[in-house]
Amino acid sequence: MLTEGLAWLIIALPVISLLVNGVFVRAFVGSESKYAGYITVAAIGGSFVLSIWALLTVMSDGPVLFDKRDWIAIGGLNLTFGLILDQLTVIMLVVVSGVSLLVQIYGQAYMHGDKSYTRYFAYMSLFTASMLGLVLSRNMVQMFVFWELVGISSYLLIGFWMDRPSAAAAAKKAFLMTRFGDFGFLLGILYLYSINPAYMDIETLYGAIQAEEIAVTVATWVALGLFAGAVGKSAQFPLHSWLPDAMEGPTSVSALIHSATMVTAGVFLVARFFPLFEYSDVMTLVALVGGFTAVFAATMGLVANDIKRVLAYSTISQLGYMMLALGIGAYAPAIFHLFTHAFFKAALFLGAGSVHHAAGTFNMKYMGGLRRHMPWTYWSMIIASVSLAGLFPFSGFWSKDEILGHAAEVGTTTATIVLALGLIAALMTAFYMFRAIFLTFHGEWRGGGEREEEEAKAAGEPAPVGNTHSHLAESPWLMIGPVALLAALAIVIGFFSNPTVDVGPIDKHSFAHFVTVENDAVFPTEHAAVEAGSEPEFNFVIAGASTVLALAGVGLAYLMYLRGSISPASVGARLQPIYRLIFRKYYVDELYEDQLVRRGFYTYLADGVRWFDEHWIDNANVHLYTWVSRIGKSGALVQNGQTQTYAVGMVIGVIVIVAGFLLWG
Amino acid sequence: MFDGLLSITVFMPAAVAVLVALFARGEKADQQIRWIAIGATVVTFVLTVLIFVGYDRAEGGVQMVDYFERWIPVDALRSSYIMGVDGLSAPLVLLTGILGMAASFASWRIKTRVREYFLWLLLLETAVLGVFLSLDLLLFFIFFEFELIPMYMLIAIWGSGRPRYSAMKFVLFTLAGGALMLVGILALYVTPGVNTLAMVTIPELGITGIPELIAAADLVIPAALIFGFFFVAFAIKLPLWPVHSWLPDAHTDAPTAVSVMLAGVLLKMAGYGLLRINLGFFQETKGFTIHDVAGPMAILAAVSVIYGGIITVRQTDMKRLIAYSSVSHMGFVLLGIAAIGASKADTSAGGLNGAALQMFTHGTITGLAFLMVGLSYDRTHTRHIPHLGGLWKKMPLIAIFFLIAGFGSLGLPALSGFVAEIMVFLGTFSVWPWATGVAAFGVVLAAGYTLWMVQRVFFGARPANPGLSDEIYDGLEDASWVDMVPVIALAAPIFIIGVWPSVITEVFDIGIQAVLR
Repeated sequence: MLTEGLAWLIIALPVISLLVNGVFVRAFVGSESKYAGYITVAAIGGSFVLSIWALLTVMSDGPVLFDKRDWIAIGGLNLTFGLILDQLTVIMLVVVSGVSLLVQIYGQAYMHGDKSYTRYFAYMSLFTASMLGLVLSRNMVQMFVFWELVGISSYLLIGFWMDRPSAAAAAKKAFLMTRFGDFGFLLGILYLYSINPAYMDIETLYGAIQAEEIAVTVATWVALGLFAGAVGKSAQFPLHSWLPDAMEGPTSVSALIHSATMVTAGVFLVARFFPLFEYSDVMTLVALVGGFTAVFAATMGLVANDIKRVLAYSTISQLGYMMLALGIGAYAPAIFHLFTHAFFKAALFLGAGSVHHAAGTFNMKYMGGLRRHMPWTYWSMIIASVSLAGLFPFSGFWSKDEILGHAAEVGTTTATIVLALGLIAALMTAFYMFRAIFLTFHGEWRGGGEREEEEAKAAGEPAPVGNTHSHLAESPWLMIGPVALLAALAIVIGFFSNPTVDVGPIDKHSFAHFVTVENDAVFPTEHAAVEAGSEPEFNFVIAGASTVLALAGVGLAYLMYLRGSISPASVGARLQPIYRLIFRKYYVDELYEDQLVRRGFYTYLADGVRWFDEHWIDNANVHLYTWVSRIGKSGALVQNGQTQTYAVGMVIGVIVIVAGFLLWG
Repeated sequence: MFDGLLSITVFMPAAVAVLVALFARGEKADQQIRWIAIGATVVTFVLTVLIFVGYDRAEGGVQMVDYFERWIPVDALRSSYIMGVDGLSAPLVLLTGILGMAASFASWRIKTRVREYFLWLLLLETAVLGVFLSLDLLLFFIFFEFELIPMYMLIAIWGSGRPRYSAMKFVLFTLAGGALMLVGILALYVTPGVNTLAMVTIPELGITGIPELIAAADLVIPAALIFGFFFVAFAIKLPLWPVHSWLPDAHTDAPTAVSVMLAGVLLKMAGYGLLRINLGFFQETKGFTIHDVAGPMAILAAVSVIYGGIITVRQTDMKRLIAYSSVSHMGFVLLGIAAIGASKADTSAGGLNGAALQMFTHGTITGLAFLMVGLSYDRTHTRHIPHLGGLWKKMPLIAIFFLIAGFGSLGLPALSGFVAEIMVFLGTFSVWPWATGVAAFGVVLAAGYTLWMVQRVFFGARPANPGLSDEIYDGLEDASWVDMVPVIALAAPIFIIGVWPSVITEVFDIGIQAVLR
């Protein structure tokens, strides 16, 4: 049984690591001290052990709700905070602390020699602590607190190499775009609070929804606000464009952002308020936004040349999958997919970091043939890619299939649309992942970081940022170990955590049961749990169709990038307008940054207001006050500019005022 | 009744100012003056801590009263010397203590006319403390107006840019407001039935304050008009759109320590006045209550927040940027006050408490921001953002604390700005949902301009343009320990209140509940 103190320790350990690293180690030991890494690994390792303990506690005893405590308790305003340990929380805890632990171990080697090694681990501790705090919160305002802290730590980490202008810009973009969504989250909180302050507490809110105390319109507006926040954090269309740019941070940071923390926060938020969403009218919107994003992002992944960007688009696409699953009510499959995705996506990013270690660049145009030099990285990434592509029997297959199967079962128009979108995305996913694999690991070596720099120089373009010299060798064990372990998990974790038949001690559908049937607060009836996907029927038609599509994607990538029977260049030329549209990311950056922000907001609105302020408000002010203060004739004296005169004038003025009082009396 | 602590606290800086005036000129004397002035503000800080801690929360009400019935020996004046502290003023007094100390440390590098400089700086602290602690309307007014003299001198003599112009603008604006306030005071004074100028009721002294007397009185001019006089006077000082335009000039041209005081505490005199007088006096006067104008106040606040935020986005001078952001942030104070609602039943004490806390947090956060800009400006000799860049590498400490001030300003949770803003939003939304919803967008704008400035000044590489010569750039040094004392003094409360807001809000709440009666 995990006590409340120990539950708090899950958050507190990384916070302590932050403080010790950020203040003590940084100031007294050094900015490159290896102790920073050890402290962080120890702290997050501790959180991981406690998270496992929390998982076991909930598995054996069911959800635990710790007491509410007062944060602000004054007349007319009472904000509480407290911890909740339910099925959703403990799964998130294990995913977040587990992946974070592996990333920290990897970071010891990956960040080795960075002059801000200590700062890196301080930020990473904050990042992990914020995410753990988010999933443990039982109060909406408390969630918002950690939600924002997740945002700011990602800001700090994306902009970690802040002397690179592109990193500083990407960090700002990430924070501002997500904050745009957070504004919706905030409005949702404010509206719900104005209905009844007690609803800030999650348990109370669940109860109120079950008792149908809340009007559907209220639920709809609140859910819409929360969904805006989720769209921002989970990089769903139309607030998706910050995530690919977030590559500017260290690759280990990307691994954490894309797998367990930050982007999953949005999916978690929708899952946390799932009863509210189901009760409201926004589920269709959630499903359609998710489904659209799954395909939309996948198309951009098809043409990206930067391996991290390919992975970034795949993240957006997979998050779209989770969103569409939640939108059609497939709660259990969505959480299951979040769970499996975290491991293989972390493996892919950490693998990409390992590739960069060897190739000196992330640009796949300059890679090739790496499988001979780095077999561990190669095989790990193959496993993770197969898993992401959703091929039997790897973990992604099981979770993705449950989502698609659920959509087929629901059968409404929305579900059918998103089913189709999901199948299209599955085809694309397999294609772009194997395109990346073939370009990176197969074929001939194409020169790496140096070559890219030379070509950029020859073409008169600015040198690519972050390139290093290539040295074709496997990365150190501290890096390979976590990657291989994550890949191994990607093989087994899908089937064995949620098998479709009873396997020895593991019950059929144990994961799905755990998050639905056993979570009474969210799914009070058997029926509700089944609706949310507690008993997924294995749908052979869907599984077959998605497997065929995925294999087709792999095969197409093979023909284009390995066999060379279809020339990518000629396909690109034939589809030139579409290719360009996709390659330029549908001009979304141009629309937002150039048109909306620079032209619309800066040039027209802000400059207009500034002009108005300087020419009208200020002038009017000056004239008005000069005139008003001339009453009493002090103005003439004042304007001779002699300060002493003025001081005397003031004293006289005060005396006159006092005298005025006397006379009046 | 004479407790003494409050009067000593208020007049201690002034007494030291007189002492400082007696010093000779010269390098050696200047150094002694610096230490004496710093010592005086440190002692004042300790005294304000004693006041804050000594204020008995269980008992509430007005405490530590200093009272002379007729300090001006003219009965007809009806003015008494009343100094007292309650829940509303105690945190603001503490804030003044912190900022006064920070300002004197931040003045360490002042080289010209050191003696006069510290004389005025100390007098300024006395004036501000006097405003917060005076409970007699005339006494309040005298301190309120007296603050102009040191401010004028400090900006005009030690300022940069167009100091005379900005100082005069500041004086003219405030004087105009003061004139209106004086009319308001006179109107109350001549009202039959209002036989005192006491701003609150103090049962122990047998004093019934204006708030209670005014409810039954037949006012000689409409109460709405009197309310308006006070409101405009405080709106100018807060400042609110559209009477804000003195603030950017005054801030931009003032020396660092004066900007810190101006943003940190002088603006708060206005918020305090709104709560103490506009809210305290006009809840149920004949023919008018503050509830009648709560709606327009909410709209005005939202306009201030958004208008201020939009203008801030386009500023290129670091100080001017922060100054305009103050217009936006102080709008939240009025928004919180608007939570008084259209009727007594609507009143949200949460919003009012948020307004009070916003004053405190804005004081520390913006004070810190000005301090960091000052430290940066001392070294780079420019505040023009396009001329700056990549300063983190050279001055990490300054950059980190600037970032903390920026995060505070954009409402990052775990820092105090967030707590105040969320209190204002939660409190006011149930009363004025649309105005609050619009104003809440101010936090998105705040993230925009703050992060933009941070990115341009501290991140990235040094720009190629000649704004910062090699000589200056290579010689940049990080903050010294003397520089860090005020920085820590201002940063500490930002963190403490961010995590543990009750330390301040509980006290404010006592004051707010008393004002609401």
